[in-house]
Amino acid sequence: MKLVTAIIKPFKLEAVKEALTAIGVEGMTVTEVKGFGRQKGHTEIYRGSEYTVDFLPKAKIEIAVTDDMKEKVISAIANAAKTGKIGDGKIFVTPLEEVIRIRTEEHGDAAV
Amino acid sequence: MNTLLSRHLRFALAALAILVAGSAFAQTPAAAPAAPAPTSDERIAALEAYVNNTDPGKSLTGVAGPGHNAWMMTSAALVLFMTLPGLALFYGGLVRKKNVLSVLAQCLGITGLVTILWWAFGYSLVFGTSFGSAFFGGSEFFFLKDVTSAPNTNYAYWVSHNVFAMYQMMFAIITPALIVGAIAERMKFSAILLFVALWMVVVYFPLAHMVWGVNGLMNGVWNGDAKIPAIDFAGGTVVHMSSGWSALILCMILGPRLGFGKEKMAPHSMVLCMVGTGMLWVGWYGFNAGSAVAADGVAANAFMTTTLATAVAAFTWGMIEKIFRGHASILGFCSGAVAGLVVITPATGFVNSTGAIIIGVVAAVIPYIFVTKVKGMFGYDDALDTFGVHAVGGTLGAFLTGVLATASVNSNLTGAPAVKNGLAGLVTNGGLWMAQLKAIGLTLVLSIVGTLILAYIVKAVVGLRPTADVESQGLDINEHGEEGYIY
Repeated sequence: MKLVTAIIKPFKLEAVKEALTAIGVEGMTVTEVKGFGRQKGHTEIYRGSEYTVDFLPKAKIEIAVTDDMKEKVISAIANAAKTGKIGDGKIFVTPLEEVIRIRTEEHGDAAV
Repeated sequence: MNTLLSRHLRFALAALAILVAGSAFAQTPAAAPAAPAPTSDERIAALEAYVNNTDPGKSLTGVAGPGHNAWMMTSAALVLFMTLPGLALFYGGLVRKKNVLSVLAQCLGITGLVTILWWAFGYSLVFGTSFGSAFFGGSEFFFLKDVTSAPNTNYAYWVSHNVFAMYQMMFAIITPALIVGAIAERMKFSAILLFVALWMVVVYFPLAHMVWGVNGLMNGVWNGDAKIPAIDFAGGTVVHMSSGWSALILCMILGPRLGFGKEKMAPHSMVLCMVGTGMLWVGWYGFNAGSAVAADGVAANAFMTTTLATAVAAFTWGMIEKIFRGHASILGFCSGAVAGLVVITPATGFVNSTGAIIIGVVAAVIPYIFVTKVKGMFGYDDALDTFGVHAVGGTLGAFLTGVLATASVNSNLTGAPAVKNGLAGLVTNGGLWMAQLKAIGLTLVLSIVGTLILAYIVKAVVGLRPTADVESQGLDINEHGEEGYIY
């Protein structure tokens, strides 16, 4: 099992969600986050005061998947979230030791 | 004691006269007991006087004119709306999230405090005359004694005295509330209240009497004996210069916010700021057009000039930003609008449409330079630009009024008192700007010296600043026990 964590542009969230449900992903967790990569931030000016805003708003999606679904999920996210411009985000894949469905106490792939 | 005695005597005579006059229908003036019923001509003349906003003469004396009274009650409510919630939201949006409630609390606290002072002695010190002084009013209206629905003809023939007193109180409320902008996010609530209470007595009440009191030192339009025949229609000196210059001094004594110049101190809600600006603009019609103290032609002219100057200043400020920085910002438009409102304030009832347009352009350019360049050069932490907008704008407005005022829109500029004290000559032949400069100088001295002394008194008694912990955590949870936003 894998945990797929994707950081994407917030306005791409809807497209990514649709792409994932289309390939049969049944659940995900979404968080509004802030951060920066190579895109860096931008400058805001309020009257005489200039502020550099380093952290830009992003959406973070977390999905637990079975190993055989991993590649499909990754390509679905990448295709849907891509604009081709700097700041499109990243996808992290980490091994997932255990998954438990609380209601039934199922373990492993059955719980994903 | 003599004045006190004669005051009581006058009061007794007036009371006697009212008793003698008897019937409510007669409405006899206090000085002429048992006058015969007014003739038809006199009754028609009184109605014409109502339309022309002049002395009713023998009929309808002691009666408020419904139209004028309605406009002044509306105006009073509009001016209160400028503070609650206009200014509160304008300033509240510009501070950081952790201090939004502190600004609202300061505006609310000042409103209550100043109302009590105004009732007890403030109104009397500004608009009374019993001291016979050009600097202070009198004691005859302490606790709003004798302030009834009958007009006080020293100030208005057709507006109820109590409505006039409430209208003027709204100015007394917003003036110290403007100071909050410079010292935002870092002054103890108790220190603010104590400072404001003292400041009203030492700076505002005397200054307002000098400018607007019927025997005031600088009341060029209405006081034939005014030593400085200056003009200030709606409060360029009294409201904006006094608050703005005091704010500068207070913010320098207070010192900058913790982390000033290092941490990000961007406004937490430009949306609130814009909502507040809109309310200020709308409320300002009561402030400026209401300052005619009648629903007359002078008010109508003020309504127009207020609109023109404000719209031009807002647009100009936005365009300056667009040209020199690439973005026309909401804060730019808002700052321009407020600056335009401030600069037109002293001139609004004295200039024509051309004057208003000139004022609108200047109101955007000069304050823009002050808040974007000059502030940075000197490094004082005028958090929300009370100095850059209100002090600079108020001073500019007071001066430009001297250059652009014309009797063609306001015949009071060449009325009998103005002829006597020399104002009429200055308006007709030029040179009014000299009198305006004198008024500016006196306002500066009173505001700066008064604030210097009072700030150190408050510092010694309760201290000015909260602890560093309180300041960095935010004033809202520490001083007011609440949070602005709970998600």
